Amino acid sequence: MNLDSKIPAGPLDQKWTKHKMDSKLINPANKKKFNIIVVGSGLAGGSAAATLSELGYKVKCFCYQDSPRRAHSIAAQGGINAAKNYQNDGDSVHRLFYDTIKGGDFRSREGNVHRLAEVSLNIIDQCVAQGVPFAREYGGLLDNRSFGGAQVKRTFYARGQTGQQLLIGCYQALAKEIHAGGVQMFPRTEMLDLVVADGHAKGIIVRDLVTGEITAHAADAVILATGGYGNAFYLSTNAMGCNVMAAFRAHKRGALFANPCYTQIHPTCIPVSGDYQSKLTLMSESLRNDGRIWVPKSQETAEKIRKGQLRARDVGEEDRDYYLERKYPSFGNLCPRDIASRSAKEVCDDGLGVAPTGKGVFLDFEKAIADQGEQAISAKYGNLFQMYEKISGDNPYQTPMQIYPAVHYTMGGLWVDYDLMSNVPGLHVLGEANFSDHGANRLGASALMQGLADGYFVIPATIANYLATQKPGAVTTSHPEFKRCLGEVNDRVNSLLQIRGKRSVDSFHRELGLQLWDNCGMSRTPESLNAALQRIPKIRDEFWANVNVTGTGGELNMELEKAGRVADFLEFGELLCHDALQRAESCGGHFRADHQFTEDDPEVKDGRTQPGEAKRHDDEFSYVSAWEYTGVGKAPTLHKEQLVFEDVTPSIRSYK
Amino acid sequence: MSSLNLTLKVWRQAGPNAAGSIETYQAKDIPTEASFLEMLDIVNERLITKGSEPIHFDHDCREGICGACSLTINGIPHGPEGGITTCQLHMRKFSNGDTIWIEPFRAKAFPVIKDLVVDRSAFDRIIESGGYISVRTGSAPDAHAILVPKEAADAAFEAAACIGCGACVAACKNASAMLFVSAKASHLNHLPQGQPEKHQRVLAMVKTMDNEGFGNCTNQYECEAVCPKEISADNIAKLNRDYALAKAHDALV
Ligand SMILES: Cc1cc2nc3c(=O)[nH]c(=O)nc-3n(C[C@H](O)[C@H](O)[C@H](O)COP(=O)(O)OP(=O)(O)OC[C@H]3O[C@@H](n4cnc5c(N)ncnc54)[C@H](O)[C@@H]3O)c2cc1C
Ligand code: FES
Repeated sequence: MNLDSKIPAGPLDQKWTKHKMDSKLINPANKKKFNIIVVGSGLAGGSAAATLSELGYKVKCFCYQDSPRRAHSIAAQGGINAAKNYQNDGDSVHRLFYDTIKGGDFRSREGNVHRLAEVSLNIIDQCVAQGVPFAREYGGLLDNRSFGGAQVKRTFYARGQTGQQLLIGCYQALAKEIHAGGVQMFPRTEMLDLVVADGHAKGIIVRDLVTGEITAHAADAVILATGGYGNAFYLSTNAMGCNVMAAFRAHKRGALFANPCYTQIHPTCIPVSGDYQSKLTLMSESLRNDGRIWVPKSQETAEKIRKGQLRARDVGEEDRDYYLERKYPSFGNLCPRDIASRSAKEVCDDGLGVAPTGKGVFLDFEKAIADQGEQAISAKYGNLFQMYEKISGDNPYQTPMQIYPAVHYTMGGLWVDYDLMSNVPGLHVLGEANFSDHGANRLGASALMQGLADGYFVIPATIANYLATQKPGAVTTSHPEFKRCLGEVNDRVNSLLQIRGKRSVDSFHRELGLQLWDNCGMSRTPESLNAALQRIPKIRDEFWANVNVTGTGGELNMELEKAGRVADFLEFGELLCHDALQRAESCGGHFRADHQFTEDDPEVKDGRTQPGEAKRHDDEFSYVSAWEYTGVGKAPTLHKEQLVFEDVTPSIRSYK
Repeated sequence: MSSLNLTLKVWRQAGPNAAGSIETYQAKDIPTEASFLEMLDIVNERLITKGSEPIHFDHDCREGICGACSLTINGIPHGPEGGITTCQLHMRKFSNGDTIWIEPFRAKAFPVIKDLVVDRSAFDRIIESGGYISVRTGSAPDAHAILVPKEAADAAFEAAACIGCGACVAACKNASAMLFVSAKASHLNHLPQGQPEKHQRVLAMVKTMDNEGFGNCTNQYECEAVCPKEISADNIAKLNRDYALAKAHDALV
């Protein structure tokens, strides 16, 4: 298979402008003849649906929540990046581009990333015009902060609710278009399959989650903006309903899945407290600006803390190990997410963890409060401290917080070209569901930016390149492929309902999650990955033999919904491990313990990096891994898209 | 880790047209660290193992921001704690031996779909009728072309913090949606960008609210008391002012 990224020729900073000029146009009278399906109403799907409708296309938009406003984008806290340089601190489109490429560990496409940085400027304009209440200074100008260790202040924010405020702006634009009649909204409706007719994506099969009715919808093009797959790990910072179903069904219908092993694990989440735990809560990264991370130096002290025999405050300075400050003197507690996460795992694996489960480290504000005063700390983090206290019952002003890493974001996704079209003609993929812009790791505050870039500005310009080749309405639900798919979907739903075994859906999800977390989590080895690849098919087999999906198909049935999603995770988990095993290097969110720098490496000897740092192999692995589905339990086929660097030179990462 | 033994009195209703009733469940050995929804997960897991249908309830983010969770706990929407959503309530706030009543958010405009799940799409229709600023993608001026005084931006934000959960409606004896509608309107009406459509917006949203079957506001302030985002009832006064102005303006043109 030839994977053509279709990156336009020419200088990097002119590619997007040139591409827009070269793109096809559809005249206004014809646009209304084209129907487009958008699955997802988060920042990516909502902005795409609203904008395509404004342009004159007829849009159907689907989401599983009861309202499009509740899509998981709502939960983003920290902020959204844009290269506005309003702070005059040296930011520029090129700098944001470079930071994003470097942050992604040189595993993304230059052309896509540059476009993202360019479009970031328009996003802020658009959101402000919609009434998004970003934080402002007294003079009425927008305020910015530095986020996730960035050297410039380019992050726009709305207190700790940036996602909600951006999504409300986007939802209101969608509401405006629903009112105008251009968008038909289908909430509480889940896509269960993609229909590929004569080689083109021409529709979807959905289930009305209230009545249980399963129906087909045809369109001239299909857009998936269905979010990330972090919930494959069961516990994550994602919302409970986040899933891989839409993307995975498309994958089974021929769409290539790219880089599934690039998963981001966030260092500052509230630790797991027991096996009833349903999700993990992210504590804002901004806490690392003032909080100091530590564990006791000795296992005995750690054990006493775990058992509640000793309080953190009673551990003397000389008995504490501020391990990030020790190992990374210049970045300290602000070192990148993956390093902070992995270091926490290492100290806990060494028996130094402080949470009752052994998996947790301290994030301590004692010094910050002593230096700056309780009031200053409360002004900065008051509501975060409050949130922490509500969940854990501990008061962070008096005792350090406990944190542990959790799965947070997935960089991998369906493979798309520069037009955001997958290898299946007509199928477009936006937002976290695609793989395109973040390489092996995503910078803080860049996911919101990418979702809105894709939806407001990229797809409205590029979709015509596909639609112009199509006769509107040529394929309808009377095409035999729709009938076949409907039959398959009905069969699958019925088989889930007929098993009536002994175990709950959640118990399988938890078991799969643990496998992935232990074997394909923060640190991966060929042995651990092979173990998971052995185990997952067994869990899947047991699921199909022994799951108990209660209730019927003709009603609101949340067990059935979960069962469908978990069934897909049980297949997808294998793909994740295959990819992690094949990529015999460490980069970004993929750390292979067998590929790290050691004392013996010349790069360490000459001080360019330090032992334990991730070791990329650019000569061998500078490509996108795009996997083709070959059948349940069969090894997928790898296709490679070589990455070409014309503007930047991949460099070794060092945070010493 | 300590645990609780509880008695749950839960509203069960098989479907929109079925008659519902309160069922009793014994919830044993519930860890105090669990959240309220995790407590229900544990109860559900046990029901499923016995082959019974689990209790249905809406939820998604489980961190107090999506507005999906919507339980009336011991008669109070989102429970007795104040300033939080159902999903943020933790079991350490309860005592061993407690009986807990769990019901849906009740209102004529929020029909029950199943058990504790209600249909709140009336809120979406209110927004669709005019709760937005009509700006097309691509037509926006530079973000700094519009200066917004910090006070206005902060006031808009305070109102925009509403998560659309509907607790305000469920708490009100008239099932009024005034806190929701006023928060949504004041978010946009506080901003310079929101001025051109202000009158139209207020009239359309209020009209849709009335048509959807929400009751009248008689200043009971129950709404403010249960709002998980502590949205101020001052927004209602502002909406009333904006509505009077819009009516007067409408009469003149
Ligand atoms: C706690 C948290 C904090 C974050 N903070 C930040 C931050 O500060 N800055 C930042 O840039 N990023 C942040 N992120 C990441 C960012 O929020 C997400 O990556 C981004 O919002 C994803 O947007 P999306 O539109 O692609 O998908 P989503 O918002 O996840 O939307 C997916 C949509 O698809 C629908 N859907 C899914 N499957 C189906 C199906 N089968 N059928 C029908 N509909 C379906 C859903 O209903 C939903 O409408 C954060 C993430 C988390 C978890
Ligand atoms: S589940 Fe999202 S607010 Fe409670």
